[in-house]
Amino acid sequence: MITLERVRQRAESDAKTNGCYLNPDQDFLNDLFEGLKKNEERYGYPSCPCRLASGRFELDRDIICPCDYRDPDVAQYGCCYCALYVRKDVFEGKTLIQTIPERRPKEKQDRAYGIIGESPLEKAPETVAVVAVKSSGIMMKMWYCKQCGYVCFREDPPYICPICKAKREMFAELTMHTVS
Amino acid sequence: MESVKVPGKNNKHKVLMYALSTCAWCKLTKQFLRDNSVEYEYMDVDLCSEKDREKVKRDILNRGGEPSYPTLIIDDKVLISGFRKDKIREALEI
Repeated sequence: MITLERVRQRAESDAKTNGCYLNPDQDFLNDLFEGLKKNEERYGYPSCPCRLASGRFELDRDIICPCDYRDPDVAQYGCCYCALYVRKDVFEGKTLIQTIPERRPKEKQDRAYGIIGESPLEKAPETVAVVAVKSSGIMMKMWYCKQCGYVCFREDPPYICPICKAKREMFAELTMHTVS
Repeated sequence: MESVKVPGKNNKHKVLMYALSTCAWCKLTKQFLRDNSVEYEYMDVDLCSEKDREKVKRDILNRGGEPSYPTLIIDDKVLISGFRKDKIREALEI
């Protein structure tokens, strides 16, 4: 079973790796860790405590903490949507934390409504082709970073390359053709 | 759809809050209302049935809001998205 300490360590290590900070308000931070722990116990993955999850991994993929929107939100507003991760000036108390707008597209938010109760995928998909078909109509694509060559298989390219930190614009779709 | 009623001396306004049980901002909002002895009702949407989630979403959309949490509805008229102390104070006259 996941412990609160494990949730904390994971967040601390991620903040360090990605050059951001944890919210300096310890009580608030603990509440967020509790929420993440609860979600991990409930769904099997730590989805954002401040967003409504569908309970299905492939639909919640973008809001699993650290969410897809963290890096652009921390850069633009000084904190992520739930304010777990903050920018240096916010951590140092020079800038106040404020409620920020939701960057997650509406069509993705809608996935949390009206689908709970559906049975999750029964078996782990064996091939890439199977994932693409079974993901509830979500189009999964291959993306590669033109700067470092990092390749991922997901709906949209990441906002920031996790390897070389290149911006989203540096990602291009990778298509495969069978040459006869 | 079941909501939880929290009693308080300040019951001049009808306060309904859509929240998430895991959300730290929702917790702050609940605490703020309690600290000000405001009577309110809340619903933790993440613990709701599929049907009720849909109802909550429609209710928020019908009132011109976006389904995010916390959302406060005061006197069936004013909708406040997020933990906005200034707006809550103004609407509740506290």
